[in-house]
Amino acid sequence: MSWWWVVAAVVAIALFGLYLSMTAGRLDALHKRIDTSRLSLDAQLLRRSSVALELATSGVLDPAGAIVVAEAARHARTAADEDSSATDRADAETALTQALSVTLDAEEVAEVRSAPGGSELLAELAASAQRVQLSRRFLNDAVRACAQLRRQRLVTTFRLAGHTAWPNPVEFDDSVPAALATPSS
Amino acid sequence: MSLRVGLVCPYAWDVPGGVRSHVADLAVTLRGRGHSVNVLAPVEEDSVLPDWVTDGGRPVAVPYNGSVARLSFGVKATRRVRAWIREGDFDIVHIHEPLAPSLSVLTCWSARGPLVATWHSSHDRSRVLSAGYYVAQTAMEKLRGSIAVSEEARRTLIGHVGGDAVLIPNGVRVKDFAPESHDRQRRREVLFLGRIEEPRKGLSVLVDALPAILQQVPDLVVNVAGPGDIDDVRKELPAEVASAVRFLGAVTDERKQELLREVQVYVAPHTGGESFGIVLVEAMAAGSCVVASDIPAFRHVLEDGGSGRLFTAKDPKALADAVLSVLADDAARRALVSRGFPRAAQYDWDTVIDDVLAVYESVRVEGETVSEDLRGQALGRFAVRPSFARSRRNGEDS
Repeated sequence: MSWWWVVAAVVAIALFGLYLSMTAGRLDALHKRIDTSRLSLDAQLLRRSSVALELATSGVLDPAGAIVVAEAARHARTAADEDSSATDRADAETALTQALSVTLDAEEVAEVRSAPGGSELLAELAASAQRVQLSRRFLNDAVRACAQLRRQRLVTTFRLAGHTAWPNPVEFDDSVPAALATPSS
Repeated sequence: MSLRVGLVCPYAWDVPGGVRSHVADLAVTLRGRGHSVNVLAPVEEDSVLPDWVTDGGRPVAVPYNGSVARLSFGVKATRRVRAWIREGDFDIVHIHEPLAPSLSVLTCWSARGPLVATWHSSHDRSRVLSAGYYVAQTAMEKLRGSIAVSEEARRTLIGHVGGDAVLIPNGVRVKDFAPESHDRQRRREVLFLGRIEEPRKGLSVLVDALPAILQQVPDLVVNVAGPGDIDDVRKELPAEVASAVRFLGAVTDERKQELLREVQVYVAPHTGGESFGIVLVEAMAAGSCVVASDIPAFRHVLEDGGSGRLFTAKDPKALADAVLSVLADDAARRALVSRGFPRAAQYDWDTVIDDVLAVYESVRVEGETVSEDLRGQALGRFAVRPSFARSRRNGEDS
C-alpha cells in the first residue's frame, strides 16, 4: 500500500509546483505592468514639460511667469535623464507643478485664453496634466498590488521575484492648476 | 489618434439594463470620435446585431447580484473570448463589471496588455469573496486602470477588492432630452420619478407637502412615474390631494424623456443614499426646472442651487416653499432652466468621453496592443496548442 503514498506525494508536489509557477506568472505580469506604467508616466511627463515649455516660449504668458515656467520645465526635462535619481526627478516634477499653479491663476488663464493660440495650449496643458495624474495613480496601484504579492511568505521563501528590485511608489505633487481644472470634477 | 477599442459587456445585449446601455452609449460616442469599436456581449440566438457587436454566446439566466442576470460562461464562451481578442487586435480592451462571472471575468483571464475596467455596482464583501479570492485577485492584477461610475462603487473596490479607481460618472445623452418647446409652452405640472414605495426616493415628503402647494395652486397636476404598487400608495393619500396626483406606473425611457420635456417642474425629494443623481442631469437637459433635496450628491449636481432649487431634505414645508417659489416666479424659473442646460452639457457623453480617453491614453504605451494571455494558467501551459486550433475553427463557424 505504500506506493499510494508515493503517488499522493508526487501529485501534491506537482500541484504545489503548478501553484508556484502560476504565482510566479502573476508576479511577472505585475512587474511588466509596473514597467509599462512607468513608461507611460514618463511619456505623459515629457508631454507635460514640452507643453509647459511651449507655453513659456510662445509669448502668451507674462514675461516673469514665462521665465519661472520655462526654468521649471527645463529642469524637469534634465531630471528625466537616466543618471539623475528618482528623488531629484520627483522634486523637479513637483517644482514644475508648483510653477504652473502659481503662474496660471484665474486672471492669467483668462489673459492667455484671449491670446491667439492660447486656449489650445492651455487645453493641451490641462490634458497632459490630467494624464500625468492618471498615469501616476495607476502606476502606484500596480506597485501596491505587486508589493502585496511580494510580501507573501510563499513568494519570499521561494524567491519567486528573483532579483527584481522592490517596487517603489512614485510620489510627487501632480495637481492640475485650479484655474485649468474641468468644472465637472 | 484613432484607437481600436474592444468593449466587454457581461450582460445580454438584447435585455435592457444599466450596464448594457452604458456600454452602448460609450461605443456610439467613441465611434463618433472616429475610433473603431467592437463590443463583445452575450446575445440571444435570433437577435439582429449592429456590425460592431460580436456575439459572445447565448446567455443563460443565473441569479447574480440580487437579481437574475443573463450571463455567458463555459468552455464555448472562453473560446469566443479568445478568438475575439486574437482577431480584434485591440489597442485597448475595456471590461465592464470585471468580476461578473461572464464574458468579463473570462476576458480578464484571457487577455494581457492595456486592459481597463469600469466598476458599476457595489457588492458586499461576501459576494466578492465568493467569486473566489484567487480569481478576483488574479483578474484585478491585470487591469492597468480602473474606473468607478460612483463613489459607492469606488468604495466597494477600495475596501473589498483592493485597488484604486478614478471616478468618471455615467454620461447622459443630452441630445435625447433636448426640448423642442420653450418653458412657456410647458404644462403647469410637477413630475416625480422613482420607485413609489421606496422611502429613499421621498414620495411621502412630496405628498406631505401637497396640501400647502395645492392651497396656492389648486389646479396643479402632480405626475408620479415609477414602478411599485399604485393602489397601496393611493390608499394612503389624504382626500384633498388624491385628485391632483396622477399615477403613471413604470415608464419607458422614451416616455420619461417626453415627461421631462412637457412639465415645468421636476421634483427630487430623495432623502439620501443617492451617489450621483443622473436623473437631475436629465431633467436639466430636458429643460424642466429642478427642485431637489439638499443631499450632497444633488447639491453638487445643482451647483449649490445655481442651476436648480434646493430645499432641506425630508422637510415637506421647505419642499412646498421651493416648488411654490418656482411656480409663482416665471423669470426665476426660466433663469434656473437656462443655467441648467450648460450644467447638463458637462455630463454629456461627449464631455465624459474625454476623461475615458484620458484613461485609455495613460495606461498604454505607444504601439502596444492587447494579446491573448497564456501565462499563469494551467490549461494555457499544458494544453494550449490543440485547443487553440479548435477555437479558431469554432470562431469562424459562428
